[in-house]
Amino acid sequence: MKYTQKAKVLGCETIGKNIYSLRLQADDIAGSAAPGQFVSVYSNDSARMLPRPISVCEADGERGILRLVFRIAGAGTEEFSKLREDDEVRLTGPLGNGFPLGEAARRRVLLVGGGIGIPPMLETAKRLMPEADVRAVLGFRDELFLAEDFPCEVTIATEDGSAGTKGNVLDAIRAQKIEADVIFACGPAVMLRALKKYALEQGIGCWVSMEEKMACGIGACLSCVCRSVQTDEHSQVKNKRVCTEGPVFRSADIEI
Amino acid sequence: MTKNMSVDICGVRLKNPVMTASGTFGSGAEFSEFFDLNRLGAVVTKGVSSVPWEGNPTPRICETPSGMLNAIGLQNAGVEVFSKRDLRFLSDTLLPDSGAGAGSGGILPSTKVIVNVCGHSEEEYIDCVEKLASERRADLLEINISCPNVKEGGIAFGTDPKGVERITSAVRRAARQPVIMKLSPNVTDITEIARAAEAGGADGLSMINTLTGMKIDVERRSFALANRTGGLSGPAIHPVAVRMVYQCAGAVKIPIIGMGGIRTAEDALEMIMAGASAVSVGTASFNDQRTALAVIDGIDEYMERHHVSDIRELTGCVRDWET
Repeated sequence: MKYTQKAKVLGCETIGKNIYSLRLQADDIAGSAAPGQFVSVYSNDSARMLPRPISVCEADGERGILRLVFRIAGAGTEEFSKLREDDEVRLTGPLGNGFPLGEAARRRVLLVGGGIGIPPMLETAKRLMPEADVRAVLGFRDELFLAEDFPCEVTIATEDGSAGTKGNVLDAIRAQKIEADVIFACGPAVMLRALKKYALEQGIGCWVSMEEKMACGIGACLSCVCRSVQTDEHSQVKNKRVCTEGPVFRSADIEI
Repeated sequence: MTKNMSVDICGVRLKNPVMTASGTFGSGAEFSEFFDLNRLGAVVTKGVSSVPWEGNPTPRICETPSGMLNAIGLQNAGVEVFSKRDLRFLSDTLLPDSGAGAGSGGILPSTKVIVNVCGHSEEEYIDCVEKLASERRADLLEINISCPNVKEGGIAFGTDPKGVERITSAVRRAARQPVIMKLSPNVTDITEIARAAEAGGADGLSMINTLTGMKIDVERRSFALANRTGGLSGPAIHPVAVRMVYQCAGAVKIPIIGMGGIRTAEDALEMIMAGASAVSVGTASFNDQRTALAVIDGIDEYMERHHVSDIRELTGCVRDWET
């Protein structure tokens, strides 16, 4: 069930350079959101027609609170960064499929987040614990954010070496000799591509959350497709809708 | 007050003049999670071709001020799957005509289905139209001769009057349903194209398709769209669409479905007063799934407020002031 609703802003604060944490009272959406799903956030400026897809960082179904963590990427997200307590913002969600939590049950699961791909891994970690053996590897350019919120063991990689392993998430995985049965990941395409290759070498399952420019967010417009290895049942061609068949795909099923 | 909102399009009766614009609404299934499709005058489905099309590489869209550019490239699953899946869905979802025409005293028409057809060649259009001939759920056909995002077909057919007349008459001969030609605004004189479609036997016109545009990402020093150019839609193009509907309404006798940037009842009424018999809501559905319903309710409210008993009184009414 998807909802379009007005959400009341509970707070919006900066937690890193151009990174914002927005807490919303959004009962219907927070109550049904699964980790790895996203919401469409609509601008209050009528000149900005398209919603911004933002992943669910935390969803507290009991209290109806949704936490979105996003980076300012343009005028729309800049507007959201200026939302203040008691402001209203319109949302549609929850959208997309989310991570296949069943694949991680009672197994060693490695959650990999790169940059602004880190937020959805937080709710994923919270839902997987304590049943699964969860470890997170988080990659940053320099400044850390959200790392302290994770309830599991966290390994850090920074490009400038200011914290953790100097390099990328795969450098950290190799340096720490981290072993896993399954990988869930969200981050830049170059990171997902490297993880897909790594999972293939290791012979382990790997699910990645993809990003693509979206318009409708609900599967109608076919803007946000990614290339699939096999012909997709819905499209009848080798294209899958990131907003509907995704955003989480088995890495072996898609071209990254 | 007794009000009539139903209109005739090419011999097919619609319960109200508001429909969805092709390509912005899929075949309705995704939007049916947000509202009852039976409230619409018609559902206009995304372009379908005789075989599945892959469409363009991504990124396929970008936002622009009060609008967006798209270059989807008419990705679609092909007419066979469309018939089995999409038309089946619409058939199961849309109610039949009912006798309880509240206020109108007659039959309240059901929500109709307009199938948009695309092709790379005359043969492909004909093949697709022939495959749809036996589909009882396809009430009308809208022929897309104006997509700016495919290299062959699409707009190539839509910008030359002789080509438009030829493809229109070929489709008209092959089609069982009434044929609406969807026109491109990317021409010097759209009335020439409208007249050519009418001469070819078109039962109606849809206008306008998107305006060709381009956006450059200055940070990356590259095109925002993989296709480089895309079709501009949204409120930004509304005045252009109103002007073109007005021009064509004075040039042809067949009915016109007006579209291009409609977001509010006021936008729709402008289009109707310029000469459109019906209107389509497109890009604005991306901003709010229920936009088409708000437009229907807003037209109803306008008629009430201005004591308009029949929506058809408003069609082309600005011409009444001309001498």
